[in-house]
Amino acid sequence: MKEDKKQPLLDIQGLSVRFDTDDGSFKAVDDVTFSIDRGESVGLVGESGCGKSVTALALTRLIPSPPGYIDAGRVFFNGEDLLGLKSQRLRRIRGAEISMIFQEPLSALSPLHRIGRQMVEGIRFHRNISKKEARAYARTWLSRVGIPDVAERMHAYPFQLSGGMQQRIMIAMALMLSPSLVIADEPTTALDVTTQAQIFSLIREMKQNDTSLLLITHDMGVVWEMCDRVAVMYASRIVETGSLNDIFFKPAHPYTIGLLGAIPRLSVQKAHLNSIPGQVPSPYGYPEGCHFQDRCTHVMDICRKNKPALCEIAGGHFAACFLHGDNISACNGKPHLPDQGQERNEAEI
Amino acid sequence: MKPKSENSRVNPHSAETPLLAVRNLKTWFPIKRGLFSMTAGHVRAVDDVSFIISRNETLGLVGESGCGKTTLGRTLLGLERATAGDILFDGTSISTLGRRQMNRLRRHIQVVFQDPMSSLNPRMNVMDIITEGLEQFGMIEGSKQEHAARLLGEVGMSPDAVFRYPHEFSGGQRQRISIARALSLKPDLIICDEAVSALDVSVQAQVINLLLGLQKGHRLSYLFISHDLSVVSNIADRVAVMYLGQIVEIGKTSDIVQNPLHPYTRALIAAVPVAGGKKIEDNVVRGEAPSPASPPEGCRFHPRCPEVMAVCRRVPPAELDRDGRKVTCHLYEQPAAMHGRS
Repeated sequence: MKEDKKQPLLDIQGLSVRFDTDDGSFKAVDDVTFSIDRGESVGLVGESGCGKSVTALALTRLIPSPPGYIDAGRVFFNGEDLLGLKSQRLRRIRGAEISMIFQEPLSALSPLHRIGRQMVEGIRFHRNISKKEARAYARTWLSRVGIPDVAERMHAYPFQLSGGMQQRIMIAMALMLSPSLVIADEPTTALDVTTQAQIFSLIREMKQNDTSLLLITHDMGVVWEMCDRVAVMYASRIVETGSLNDIFFKPAHPYTIGLLGAIPRLSVQKAHLNSIPGQVPSPYGYPEGCHFQDRCTHVMDICRKNKPALCEIAGGHFAACFLHGDNISACNGKPHLPDQGQERNEAEI
Repeated sequence: MKPKSENSRVNPHSAETPLLAVRNLKTWFPIKRGLFSMTAGHVRAVDDVSFIISRNETLGLVGESGCGKTTLGRTLLGLERATAGDILFDGTSISTLGRRQMNRLRRHIQVVFQDPMSSLNPRMNVMDIITEGLEQFGMIEGSKQEHAARLLGEVGMSPDAVFRYPHEFSGGQRQRISIARALSLKPDLIICDEAVSALDVSVQAQVINLLLGLQKGHRLSYLFISHDLSVVSNIADRVAVMYLGQIVEIGKTSDIVQNPLHPYTRALIAAVPVAGGKKIEDNVVRGEAPSPASPPEGCRFHPRCPEVMAVCRRVPPAELDRDGRKVTCHLYEQPAAMHGRS
């Protein structure tokens, strides 16, 4: 395995995923390109159906096929192309080097097996240690994520625990083998805000400095809390990427601007919210050109004809929009990969 | 169920009769155990709750999952039977009504649920869905289709939707259909139970704006139930914060948001992620809500409260008037009643 410091940990290039269904075929993920550095937390944000979860599943080839097919793209993890790996090698990576936290711990954990057994199974699949050692290791991790009465909980079934406890166990299982990348798909969406705040601090605390995080969420507030960099997805495509400060304070794409404006914020009185008119187009009928054209207040002729490329509009800040016109000529053809890292410190205040 | 008459005083908030007054309402569910299904205890989903809603007013009801907010809404709708307490609608106690009178009353209290896919009949077309209640009450004006189209217009949908079925619409549009149905009987009060929680942000904002607009046009009152304080603060005139079956603080939205008094309200506000704002501090609140089947003694929030005192563990706090709102917390009692911090 190559360990090039300058190379990003995860480098996704031109990933496209198609689903063939009875109603026809549609592109769930269309030419998605972004990368994650070592130790970096990247938020992939978008509304339901935009393809963010499919992107995450495609990275480790967890898309059920049929109906899903990866049409194009490469996913380099530590220099290896995950999409071309033998499944045996991939299973060694899943869980140990790339682990996942899902929205519904109850459907991600086995309902038939006690917590302890599920953890031991995962540990012993990847590490050559005895059952006893593995149990001791599992107990250490359960107490690290703040589970009380660990010995008792090792014997519990998932349904006997609260949603917050289940999610803590998922986090323990995801982090116990010190992965270099954690993919968290809406990890706190099913939880109450007070529990969510606890899970935030837990992930922050548990994540070692060189662990990277890909956080998938629909919630801009969660991105703000947890991430260094953001990729905004709309109707199967990435429309904007940049540092936290770029996206929250200098958003460029009309969709990002609309999304930020529509977030309900704590308000002292009744107030109309800014909404984005219209609705997300059906994946079976995405329009030619820019997918946001029908809801965009700045729509131009070219938006209905050509697909905007993801162009750099400032250092490390990319947008796929014809409004940022001086970049059209600058990125004729292939866009450049985002240049990460520079703005990160600013955002970590 | 007999109405309680000892608390028949006119409400202290305003001179006019409030549209809805809830007094010491309790909705308990028995826990059955053993061979003979003996009642082994009660889940106190709603446990001694009182509040009022005025005409043309929105009361927001916030709380976390399991706090009893949905049961409270369902009790008001008559979908759950109250264990004790009284619900007065326009001055009339609902519990004294006979079945026929109750059915007549139902027209005035309508509901919009969280998931329109499970609250809209998939085998009925939109016209039948939104005129079903109208037919029941003989309120159709003109033809059924005209009336349905008019209602669809009010919620911002095109009249050609009348012959289509729920599955043909997006989540936001389905929720508009639910709202049209709730609106059809010209109700006074609409109970919105997590009505925008399942919607994407951009569509959620549209539906919130629609509800705000309809309130102006129809002089509606809303009980807006949600787990999301940010959403509630944008739509409610007053906010009630519920914890483990009880209202711990209730007051004007601006007071609750700017100067929360109850430690639970404070924790709830501190835990809301603010995009582009101050980051959440670690450990804003510890632990998880206990089961409503065996609530803690004394103040129900005491095991999680950062300001817990000795008295909180023993004595349930009384409701106090402070800074123009009601708060149920020992912190705000007169010093004489305090027994020192633990």
